[in-house]
Amino acid sequence: MADRSTTTLDKVNASLARRYAKERRFRRMGLVAIATGLLFVLLLFTSIISNGYSAFWQTHVKLDITFNAEQLGIGDARDFEALSSADYAALVRASLKEIFPEVRERKERRKLYKMISTGAPLLLREMLINDPSLVGSHHAIWLPADDDIDMLVKGQIDRTLPESARRLNDQVVGWVDRLTENGVVAQLFNTTFFTAGDSREPELAGIGGAITGSFYALLVTLLLAFPIGVATAIYLEEFAPKNRWTDLIEININNLAAVPSIVFGLLGLALFINIAGLPRSAPLVGGLVLTLMTLPTIIIASRAALKSVPPSIREAAIGIGASKMQTVFHHVLPQALPGMLTGTIIGMAQALGETAPLLMIGMVAFVVDIPGGPLDPSTALPVQIFLWADSPERAFVERTSAAIMVLLAFLISMNLLAVLLRKKFERRW
Amino acid sequence: MIVEKTAPAEDASQVIHANFGGTVGDLTVAEPRMTARNVNVHYADKHAIIDVSLDIGRHEVVALIGPSGCGKSTFLRCLNRMNDTIDSCRVSGEIMLDGQDIYDKKLDVVPLRARVGMVFQKPNPFPKSIYDNVAYGPRIHGLAEDQSALDEMVEDSLRRAGLWDEVKDRLQQPGTGLSGGQQQRLCIARTIAVSPEVILMDEPCSALDPIATAKIEELIDELRQNFTIVIVTHSMQQAARVSQRTGYFHLGRLIEVGKTDEIFTNPQHKLTEDYITGRFG
Amino acid sequence: MQSTTLILILLVLMAVAFQLGRRRAYNLPGLGCICDLNSLPIYHGLYTAIWCGIPALILLGIWSSIQTPIVINLLMNDLPAAITAGLTPAELSLVLNDIRNLAYGNITSGEISPELMAAADRYNQLQQIGLAAQSIVVISLTLITTSFGWRFISPELRARNKVESVLRWLLLISSTIAILCTLGIIFAVLFESVRFFEMIPLTDFLFGLQWSPQIAIRADQVGSSGAFGAIPLFAGTLLISFIAMLVAVPVGLMAAIYLSEYASQRLRTYAKPLLEILAGIPTVVYGFFAALVVAPMIRDSAAQFGVDASSESALAAGLVMGIMLIPFISSLSDDVINAVPQALRDASLALGATHSETIRQVVIPAALPGIVGGVLLAASRAIGETMIVVMAAGLSANLTVNPLDSVTTVTVQIVTLLVGDQEFDSPKTLAAFALGLLLFLVTLVLNVVALRVVRKYREVYE
Repeated sequence: MADRSTTTLDKVNASLARRYAKERRFRRMGLVAIATGLLFVLLLFTSIISNGYSAFWQTHVKLDITFNAEQLGIGDARDFEALSSADYAALVRASLKEIFPEVRERKERRKLYKMISTGAPLLLREMLINDPSLVGSHHAIWLPADDDIDMLVKGQIDRTLPESARRLNDQVVGWVDRLTENGVVAQLFNTTFFTAGDSREPELAGIGGAITGSFYALLVTLLLAFPIGVATAIYLEEFAPKNRWTDLIEININNLAAVPSIVFGLLGLALFINIAGLPRSAPLVGGLVLTLMTLPTIIIASRAALKSVPPSIREAAIGIGASKMQTVFHHVLPQALPGMLTGTIIGMAQALGETAPLLMIGMVAFVVDIPGGPLDPSTALPVQIFLWADSPERAFVERTSAAIMVLLAFLISMNLLAVLLRKKFERRW
Repeated sequence: MIVEKTAPAEDASQVIHANFGGTVGDLTVAEPRMTARNVNVHYADKHAIIDVSLDIGRHEVVALIGPSGCGKSTFLRCLNRMNDTIDSCRVSGEIMLDGQDIYDKKLDVVPLRARVGMVFQKPNPFPKSIYDNVAYGPRIHGLAEDQSALDEMVEDSLRRAGLWDEVKDRLQQPGTGLSGGQQQRLCIARTIAVSPEVILMDEPCSALDPIATAKIEELIDELRQNFTIVIVTHSMQQAARVSQRTGYFHLGRLIEVGKTDEIFTNPQHKLTEDYITGRFG
Repeated sequence: MQSTTLILILLVLMAVAFQLGRRRAYNLPGLGCICDLNSLPIYHGLYTAIWCGIPALILLGIWSSIQTPIVINLLMNDLPAAITAGLTPAELSLVLNDIRNLAYGNITSGEISPELMAAADRYNQLQQIGLAAQSIVVISLTLITTSFGWRFISPELRARNKVESVLRWLLLISSTIAILCTLGIIFAVLFESVRFFEMIPLTDFLFGLQWSPQIAIRADQVGSSGAFGAIPLFAGTLLISFIAMLVAVPVGLMAAIYLSEYASQRLRTYAKPLLEILAGIPTVVYGFFAALVVAPMIRDSAAQFGVDASSESALAAGLVMGIMLIPFISSLSDDVINAVPQALRDASLALGATHSETIRQVVIPAALPGIVGGVLLAASRAIGETMIVVMAAGLSANLTVNPLDSVTTVTVQIVTLLVGDQEFDSPKTLAAFALGLLLFLVTLVLNVVALRVVRKYREVYE
């Protein structure tokens, strides 16, 4: 017997080196897998942030503007009508002409005027309408530059490229450099980006409209999905008899959670728009579709929360003569509520990031105005990202990334809130 | 006497630790297979094994008995370093296998465990066929040169575990499909397939019915010819039936050790006597 | 009055009814003490509020859903012959659309004639009348039912039981919404698909090798039949999903194994949530990432090797989709690996197996059904994923297995066919629903199978 053990041990030892090499290889594969995953996270975030952070600033040019009634073409009129239809672009043109008196040719002049955003006259108009007494006065005003100028100042247009391969020719670059030397070019915080709706001009485009649209859609979702989800969970967990029907509902909910989101979009299109006749592009319809999508998440989370409340609580309440309904609403539900809320927040975060079904129901329109209610046409934040991602302008790449940063900020804070909520109310029975 | 019986458990433990003067009985044997000296085990801040020393001889069955939570399983798991898998567990002291310290940093656990096999409380066959269960060890260690050698090893192990006649026609069926007693004998066959020197058994019959238990006990007695066996058991009768030496554990200490018939007929320590006569357990 | 305003008024009325009912319960004649009541006064209040609100809300729901069809019916009957003469039903519905657009103040497609203008006015007028009548009827109903409920209040009234049974019904109804949603999907998609298959034979759709729906926009165009062979779409979907699984399964599985079997507590606490961030990122962000970073990277590195890669290559979309699925696979695998009993690991280790031998030969085979289930779920996600492919994969329906070529997928085509203006009768639009039906069925089968496999697996170890 001793012989046999020794030979066994020899055999074991003989293969040990090979086996340990395998072990190390396997471990290394695991580490590589994790490193790969983390690398992707890093790559994703760095590419988004490095592309997008600059969009929170916008190049402005300080121009001396004289609110000249003659140039405005309003004569002596100071009423709203006259002020709103006046020629504010003329003021900008006049100011630029003063700085660059040598530019005389029409074509060149047009290029010169194009350096300032087409939104600048609107800004001046707003100023004057708010305070008509400004007419005749003289002010130095920071006006947003055109997106190409913005890109040049931010260093995203390569000056070393041959002139023909650049969006701006040497002359314009020279003008910008002169303005910069004069100290009238600056990067100011881009409030427009947060307040404005969509625009064809990158420097005037913002996510204000999209955020409002997302807000209305999520509001509808929350108002419908939370009560329905919780009610369903309560019924299935506390009241439903165990039979085929409840089995069917259960299987159905699990499968619904895995149906591709675009199919929900098709449902929304056919049901809410074609049959119910609700308006296209409305956050209300978006909210309805998102409700159907988030329901399974909320139901599953709420049921788990109800399951975690120990039966002893129910028995205690029933034991002192409470009805089943009272037991559930007075004792079980309060204990399960934090878990349900956590599930709901996670569901809402999913809904906020969802894009595909909203494309189906027409929330993909070009909407300049900020929606005033859940029936106005609007987009949503992720759809706005989709729309801008399609635009060729370099400045829109920057804004797309910035919009993604805003979206991710919302999502991360929602998820953090859910984690905190879970931590705070976590209880082991 | 009455006062002691009703005293709270905590006080009792203090009494034991304060009055403990060392293991009663002869813990050494001639030509030991394994020797343990001053073994201490800590789980996080719990001191689970306190200063245990014990020799395990060749071709004998040593039974470890004691109330639950007394550390007998923990001690058993030290003998083939199964405690390594628990993060918070620290082992100090010295455990030698054939004169070699098994807690030596340079020692490799893989061949150690090939030499010191283990059978667990609940039968845990792999979700594979009966054949693959037994062939698992020889395969990973590269013990069989070819298929026929492997077949031979599987048959030999199953025969020695007394299972061959019951399963020879269904070697390719899953091991999980056997009855509880058969599963445990399969686990024993799986262990002896790598020809270990020592087999550790952690309450191998606690999940089995009396008939299956009797078969396993018979098997243990037969295996004694070729292997050294350390068995942890809840059942004093079982210890009396299968073992040659018995050690009694209490609250992490080895209270008494000696020849099995002596321990059961004439215990030296009062705690041992209380346990054997059924005062607590 | 708008329905929303009406609902708000109803809510206020219900609050009032609640107060009334509760007061009445307190002040019932001949009541010595509250304990003489069968139920607490609060239940009497709820009882009255239910009488007040529920019938009115039901009526409001029914009314709202039938008012527009009735108005349209009235309008069509009244339309002057000048407009309706000699029109097919389809053209008639276009006219109707124009009228409704006019009435809402939207832009219309056709010319605006005075007759249309008049019809639009009439439409608005009818709707106004309908809404006014609705408000009056609903509010009167409220008053009547509330007075009923109020009258029923007596010491013997088992108000609590009644309120609770109403609540129970409400809970039951809520739980059927999930079923209704599935039925809605099936019927909505099936109905339109059937219309599609009336125009395009099922076999042409399923086995055709040509996909070019774009030419079928107008009926009088040359070659208006279009080509609706979906094979290139299936091939593209499978190619991209396959690439995605090729990335996600090994990486996700190995990451899960390392995290649950090898990693120190510290690595686990940091790496796990970091990996799970990937699961929370919206797909539109992945799409942008694919189009902006990955696709050019692939194109450039392919060019280095002298290979021509499309800038909308299947590889870019598949790769990024794979990244998206990594946390999905890893968290599902993590669950099933943790469910493998420690006893099996102990048994293997006690035989002298190394850690990796234990994992590969015992843990993984034991966890395999669960892992397979997770992989199937991930595959169903990959097939149904939309935004990444819309933004990073192409539109051209190439039948190819070259990952550097541009392919298109089922979801991309659904989006392209349905975004923008649509007519609801053209095969082009209906094709999207047929594709949607197919997508729904395939993912449904995958999900059912996967959930079964996972459930069976859980039963083994619990």
